[in-house]
Amino acid sequence: MTPLATLGTPWLNIAIFAIFVVITLVIVIRVSRGGRKGKDFYTGGGSFSGRQNGIAIAGDYLSAASFLGIAGAVAFYGYDGLLYSIGFLVAWLVALLLVAEPLRNTGKYTMADVLSFRMQNKPVRTAAAISTLAVSFFYLLAQMAGAGTLVALLLGISADLAQMGVIAIVGLLMIAYVLIGGMKGTTWVQMIKAVLLMFGAAILFIWVLGKFGFNLSDLMGAAATKGNSETPGAGTKLLNAMSKYGTNKLGFISLSIALVLGTAGLPHVLMRFYTVPTAKEARRSVSWAISLIGAFYLFTLVLGFGAAAIVGQKTINTLPGKSNAAAPALAYYLPGAGTAGTVFLAVIAGVAFATILAVVAGLAITASASFAHDIYNAVIKDGKADPTSEVRVARATVVVIGVLAIIGGIAARSLNIAFLVSLAFAVAASANLPSILFSLYWKRFNTRGSVMSIYGGLISALVLIAFSPAVMAAVGTTKPLATAMLPDLHWGWFPLDNPAIVSVPIGFLFGVIGTLTSKETNPEKQAEMEVRSLTGAGAEKASIH
Amino acid sequence: MATHDLTPTDDPERHLPPDHSPLPALDADQAGHPSASAFQEVQASPEFVLLRSKFRRFAFPMTAAFLVWYFAYVLLSTYAESFMNTRVFGNVSLGILLGLLQFVTTFLITWLYIRHANKNLDPLAASLRNKLEGDAR
Repeated sequence: MTPLATLGTPWLNIAIFAIFVVITLVIVIRVSRGGRKGKDFYTGGGSFSGRQNGIAIAGDYLSAASFLGIAGAVAFYGYDGLLYSIGFLVAWLVALLLVAEPLRNTGKYTMADVLSFRMQNKPVRTAAAISTLAVSFFYLLAQMAGAGTLVALLLGISADLAQMGVIAIVGLLMIAYVLIGGMKGTTWVQMIKAVLLMFGAAILFIWVLGKFGFNLSDLMGAAATKGNSETPGAGTKLLNAMSKYGTNKLGFISLSIALVLGTAGLPHVLMRFYTVPTAKEARRSVSWAISLIGAFYLFTLVLGFGAAAIVGQKTINTLPGKSNAAAPALAYYLPGAGTAGTVFLAVIAGVAFATILAVVAGLAITASASFAHDIYNAVIKDGKADPTSEVRVARATVVVIGVLAIIGGIAARSLNIAFLVSLAFAVAASANLPSILFSLYWKRFNTRGSVMSIYGGLISALVLIAFSPAVMAAVGTTKPLATAMLPDLHWGWFPLDNPAIVSVPIGFLFGVIGTLTSKETNPEKQAEMEVRSLTGAGAEKASIH
Repeated sequence: MATHDLTPTDDPERHLPPDHSPLPALDADQAGHPSASAFQEVQASPEFVLLRSKFRRFAFPMTAAFLVWYFAYVLLSTYAESFMNTRVFGNVSLGILLGLLQFVTTFLITWLYIRHANKNLDPLAASLRNKLEGDAR
């Protein structure tokens, strides 16, 4: 019997999760009546308000990895956990100041629309689509692997077969949400989930702070005392810097670069800016998202210290999922581990599941849009495919992606979730952001620059990762590296877990080199893009039903 | 069922005579799509140059500022640990306090940009857009 069997009641967790699935499915079916056109499927007709979209962005961004992962990181590493979450927040300023509005004004459905606007269509679109698919797939794998962990944690299911079953159910539900609801249905799921998550975290936040007289210093002191009473010195570490990253400082700086520059290059985040009617609403979306995401990370800071003070690191470590169990364990022990704790845990567990479903559905839409709109229509059919067949391809792609995600999720279920997420951010920062910024703000930028920047950033990030300690042991070592994906392979030569500190400069540099070695210019399209990006003249309108 | 949040100045159809409005639903870019030469004319016009410089003179230095501030915080936390571990009050260290200040500055920059864009950018952008889309019709 696992210790978890005593923490909460699995059937209640399952019941609450099932209720959530039924309610959201009903809502998805209700809101999706109407359009079957590309615009409806990809962007919900561009008819969401800035506030609605901002809430949905928060729902998309605050994945299970950030809810469970950051609360756990704070519970075990205190200061370093906070340090990690700040990168995820500050990153939104790049999106707000430089990307969201021009993107809304110049694109239609995908990131490739913007990158190929004033370039030769096929090569740039192909590169952008490949990079979109790569980022989305890593992110998707992380979420599916997270589903497996979450099941072990919250339902007391640790049997392999049962975990695979749950990953399959998550994949099938995702296919259902996306096929039935398209972007509109998915956006509604994300909004509902974001509201539930914010609400749950806010209750825990106020409850924990109230217990310590609304005094952060007292809460941190209690966490330190509890930690020290279990393992001398462990509590004091919570209050000081570099308890986690002290042995890997350069690796942490590289991670910080990936976080702060990656967000504005994540295709599923970028696509959300097309679901609003105007650039002004895109701006409003980001300001809502920043408020919600910022508040949420402040909540998790208190939740993490609360879990360390009230539950204790020792108890959390006995639970399956270890540090990831900090927030659910807090929900269980805070009301006093009785019936109230059981119910509260079940609610938090339901929200965590909902989180995975919503994020996975958003990723599936992004990947299928990129395949159907960028590769099938623009490259294979020379842009002549009729919208109906394009959407048919997109919907078929959703099924393929769902199946791939189930298989991949099962294969990746033992991989470190935080590693997969940071990989997605690193590729987004290296391959996508440089060419987005150059396309929008550098007049001279051209096709060769764009293609070289995307492939240079993508390939360098992937190669560096492949030979990093996250994947294999270093050359010349003899002992297997237990934390690596392939512990017995000794081919590694890149010393950091995260490639961004090298691959992001490569992405920018290749963009410059490619541009300067090619004479191509297109002043007409450049003028159109620049004027459109700032004024919105000629931009996509919301569809009118 | 359209849930438009268009304010009157955003509505591209507001100049139409009443019997022409609302226009039938259009799916693509054809409606009011200005010509290539019109875009180049606007790009060279003083109004557009002003809009672009007002945008860039806010967005670029602000981006540089928050990136410098963020990486200064990351570098101080990684390489000046004992300085960041200085207790400011109770158990709260300078590092935690500066970390919370990162939240404050992020919210502040967001607010400043929204105010700047609403006040200084939107009116200029709207008048240029109307000129362009009006000519095309």
